[in-house]
Amino acid sequence: MSHKAHIPIGPYHPLQEEPEFYKLVVEGEKVVDVDVRIGWNHRGIEKLSEAKSFDQSIFIVERICGICSSSHPITCVQAVEDLAGISVPDRALYIRTIIQELERLHSHMLWAGLAGHFLGYNTIFMWGWKYREPICDIMETVTGNRQNYAMMKVGGVRRDIEKEHIPYILTRLDEFLKHLDMLRGAILDDPVLHARLKGVGILTKGKAIDYAALGPTARASGYDVDVRRDHPYAAYDRLKWNVITRPEGDVFAKVVVRILEMYESVSIIRQCLDKLPGGPIDSNPKDIPPGEGIGQAEAPRGECFHYVKSDGTNSPVRHKVRAPTYMNFPTFRETVIGETVSDATIILAAIDPCYCCTERMLITDWRDKELFGVQELIKLSQEKTRLLKEKMGVRG
Amino acid sequence: MKIDDAIKKIQDQFGAKVRKIDKKNGKRCYIDIEPADVVEFTKYIFKDLGLRFNIATAVDDFKSIEILYHFADDVSGYIVSLRAIMKDKNDPHIDTITTVTKSAWWIEREIHELFGVHFNGNNDLRPLLLSDDWPSGVYPLRKNFVVPKRDSRKA
Repeated sequence: MSHKAHIPIGPYHPLQEEPEFYKLVVEGEKVVDVDVRIGWNHRGIEKLSEAKSFDQSIFIVERICGICSSSHPITCVQAVEDLAGISVPDRALYIRTIIQELERLHSHMLWAGLAGHFLGYNTIFMWGWKYREPICDIMETVTGNRQNYAMMKVGGVRRDIEKEHIPYILTRLDEFLKHLDMLRGAILDDPVLHARLKGVGILTKGKAIDYAALGPTARASGYDVDVRRDHPYAAYDRLKWNVITRPEGDVFAKVVVRILEMYESVSIIRQCLDKLPGGPIDSNPKDIPPGEGIGQAEAPRGECFHYVKSDGTNSPVRHKVRAPTYMNFPTFRETVIGETVSDATIILAAIDPCYCCTERMLITDWRDKELFGVQELIKLSQEKTRLLKEKMGVRG
Repeated sequence: MKIDDAIKKIQDQFGAKVRKIDKKNGKRCYIDIEPADVVEFTKYIFKDLGLRFNIATAVDDFKSIEILYHFADDVSGYIVSLRAIMKDKNDPHIDTITTVTKSAWWIEREIHELFGVHFNGNNDLRPLLLSDDWPSGVYPLRKNFVVPKRDSRKA
């Protein structure tokens, strides 16, 4: 008779960068089931947005995630533009495209580093994060911030890309490409990584469609879906670039897709800088009429989706946010069952999960209807530790 | 398949079951249906027309709760949104679409806990985002839910 054991991972775990709970059910080393519990990071951003003006909502959604800190704002402004029928000047469309692709580059590099760390391959971790720096430097030069760029606004963008920034961006991109070549060689030509990642955590194309998987998770399963091409926005339909797909569906295929996508992103940015039209960067819209609108944008992890409804006042009546991880997460269960425990973490990492995007904190205690701030939580934590120590007979 | 072709196919397939069509522009279309017909429509749009399920959005419209099911055509680049309106806000019920697509699994759990909508046939409506001890009957995304005031300067 087989013996089933439970392995809890999280919600607070040294390997995970954010809180999430997984309960793996194993027979020997084989994973036979998994339960995923989310909600430790939930901040109620959809509710908050309803209390803000349309302009303020963009800053709220920018704080959903530090990595996708441009994907949510662009999706949000596109939803409002769809609602109100607002047109955006050409120059702003190109600038939006540049920002989006810079975001993809830093996100994919960050992911490559984390994936290396998950595998115990810390050279990849250090290279990935080191060579992501030039991209953050470009962001700082162009927007003033390395993260949370505050570039998007309804009707355009908030800041222009200055003429003198263009040579700097091109030089840093050249520097980045050399490092990307090196990283690609280190990852894709490494026999150990081939042995470790090929045939592991396979998501078939059929399952990818059934779960409505998105982004590199879908494209690595041969499901050719990319909002940049399929539902064109910004300046993507005026540029030449390729959607990268792989048929295998395993973890290695997801690595390949992300590495090759970075080359496409560099090409897109260069084309944008080359073709950058003159003119205004903002159409300065005034009022938002009653109605509803939908925004879509291809974030590094897949399609971001926002739905905004207005009743003609200054705030959205409803603002629905759906991050890509929300759709990709359930595929984890599908791909980890039947695999070994040692592969579970890299299978999870392969979807590039973003927990804060998924949950979008407000701590409430309903027993006395009180909200706790940081100081109160620290006090509660210290009190709980003291009680535990007392119970266990620990002094000091 | 263009958006007009999709609308015509849906009309031909369902006739009077299509309550109202609002073609907002060349990329967006909102189709009102009865909650009882949601599985039939979803099956046709997802399986037969091959549109991708984006997400469902619940909206508290003060008098009723509505759910919009968004489907994307990634070939022609448009979105068809089905709108099912549940008039009884005290006990909103609708059939689960997880029997058609597994991708609706989490969103039904989320709508259940945040709006109090019961999805008939979905046996896994455990809380997804809120804590397990969240009081029953309190739905944070309903309009009558007031966020308690917080004083950040409190010692």
